[in-house]
Amino acid sequence: MQRKLKKTCLCVVNIILGLITIAPLLYALLISLMPPDQIFTFPPKLIPKSIYIQNYKDALTSAPILTFIFNSFLVSLLVTIGQIVTSSMAAFAFSFFEFKGKKVLFIAMLATMMIPAETTIISNYLTIGSLGWLDSYKALTIPYLCSAMGIFMMRQYYLTLPKELYEASKLDGCNNFKFFAKIVLPLSKPVAGSLGIYSFLVTWNQYLWPLLVTSKDSSRTVQIGISMLQFAENQSFGIIMAGIVMVLLPSILIFIIGQKQLIDGMTAGAVKG
Amino acid sequence: MLEVQSVIAKRTREKQLKRSVFSTTEPYLYLLPCLLIFVVFTYFPFIKTIYLSLVTTNAVGDVSNFVGLSNYIELFKSASFINSVIVTLKFVIITTIPSIIIGLVTALLTNNKLKFKGFFTTLYAMPMAVSSASAAIIWMLLFNPSIGLINYLLKLKIGWFTSSFWGLIAVSIVSIWLNACINYIFITTGLKNIPKELYESAHIDGAGYFHVLKSIIIPYLSPTLFFVTIINIINAFQSFGQINIMTSGGPGESTNVLVFSIYRNAFFNNRFGTASAESIILFAIMLGITLIQFRFEKNKVFYQ
Repeated sequence: MQRKLKKTCLCVVNIILGLITIAPLLYALLISLMPPDQIFTFPPKLIPKSIYIQNYKDALTSAPILTFIFNSFLVSLLVTIGQIVTSSMAAFAFSFFEFKGKKVLFIAMLATMMIPAETTIISNYLTIGSLGWLDSYKALTIPYLCSAMGIFMMRQYYLTLPKELYEASKLDGCNNFKFFAKIVLPLSKPVAGSLGIYSFLVTWNQYLWPLLVTSKDSSRTVQIGISMLQFAENQSFGIIMAGIVMVLLPSILIFIIGQKQLIDGMTAGAVKG
Repeated sequence: MLEVQSVIAKRTREKQLKRSVFSTTEPYLYLLPCLLIFVVFTYFPFIKTIYLSLVTTNAVGDVSNFVGLSNYIELFKSASFINSVIVTLKFVIITTIPSIIIGLVTALLTNNKLKFKGFFTTLYAMPMAVSSASAAIIWMLLFNPSIGLINYLLKLKIGWFTSSFWGLIAVSIVSIWLNACINYIFITTGLKNIPKELYESAHIDGAGYFHVLKSIIIPYLSPTLFFVTIINIINAFQSFGQINIMTSGGPGESTNVLVFSIYRNAFFNNRFGTASAESIILFAIMLGITLIQFRFEKNKVFYQ
């Protein structure tokens, strides 16, 4: 009896805390469905009287939100695929070959994680400028096509693959590239999935780098887009929140769908000590 | 006859040479894409930033003079820079400690055989999918002095963005909200690795919950807590979106953390030399703190 009470209590506490955690998101959604007169009442009202979608229409006309979403989507997709491919290739080299400088190169790649973004951002901006890549997809994607964390994750996974697999394929006359493309890559689906979801979310949420390398409306991404919307619409909170909801929807959906894979990938090998 | 044999032998040797050249270069070919990108966009810019910190430039970034350490000396003499360092350190401390505590508490609350555990995990981890820009804009409305929920629900009359004290707190709250979920994820996994027998034997010995927490859970979690602390501190040092959108470094420089100061110096004042020097100093501070933490780890962290 006491156990059941304890369990119900725990459940209730979790529900309350969980709702508090996502409260800002629910709040944004509710505000986005309210006309201005409801938003500016005091005391503040939370439940909209009816579903008011004019905010969404206004947001779409006030700023090129669909362009921003398209740009972010394309960039995030390119970066995700790029990171999976380059990380798999590098991890393949580190797991299945012996070569001179293997240890040094591996440490050198991991060391890139130690260099914070701020230290390279100014020089990267100048490099992109001198290459004439400002306001282009190249500037938004190419610097991020490789990820040290991705290499680390993939290598951890490849090291668990049985050596017999490699030896058997060699006996069958398979060259290294065929082995990589036809056996290793298909087997990497779980870890590639985790890395993919993580890369997509991180790229979708990027703020500082797109802010620096884009200035034209047509090339900006969603995060800069909503801050532009907020600046332009100022007190029209309904419109601003509508924009935010539209931008949050893809990332939250992807998070919910890939949640288990994402968490498994993030925590694999990170906590054993 | 001998000629043909020697030609065949020569051709075979050439083939073998080509094959062995290929097999030695093959691994490097797989590494090439990553190496190229890291060299161009991580190593080269790092060196270039160090170089830029020792020069002055014109507005477009072309080098005009080599000035040695004078950028650094000017920074250390500048009140604004010292303020940035202090604000950054304050910000890191104010955000890291509550983030870890909240992550720990929520992880402990779901560390059992609850029915809707997956649902709660989704709720507690969801801020991970939210960008700093979105969070900043939503929280700005929540902190709105007249129609915001925070002032209304807590019956306060704080001018969140007009007070230098509360401005930093507001930005920190947003950062805590964004980071606690990451701690939740890692600590939950860390809790899973604690052997169940320890709980059972403690239960048999009649130990209360807080005793179990202190003597079993925390020590076994210490590698996770150590890892999470490093991640939080690094994230805090690199926070930009919230500050740019919510306060722009104000009011009165009270939220002018180092990253924001670097951004302003480089892209508004076009002082690339000074900004580069600042980013090298930031790097040195982060490196120093990380090294100190590893030193601390040797003494305090318990490994199985």
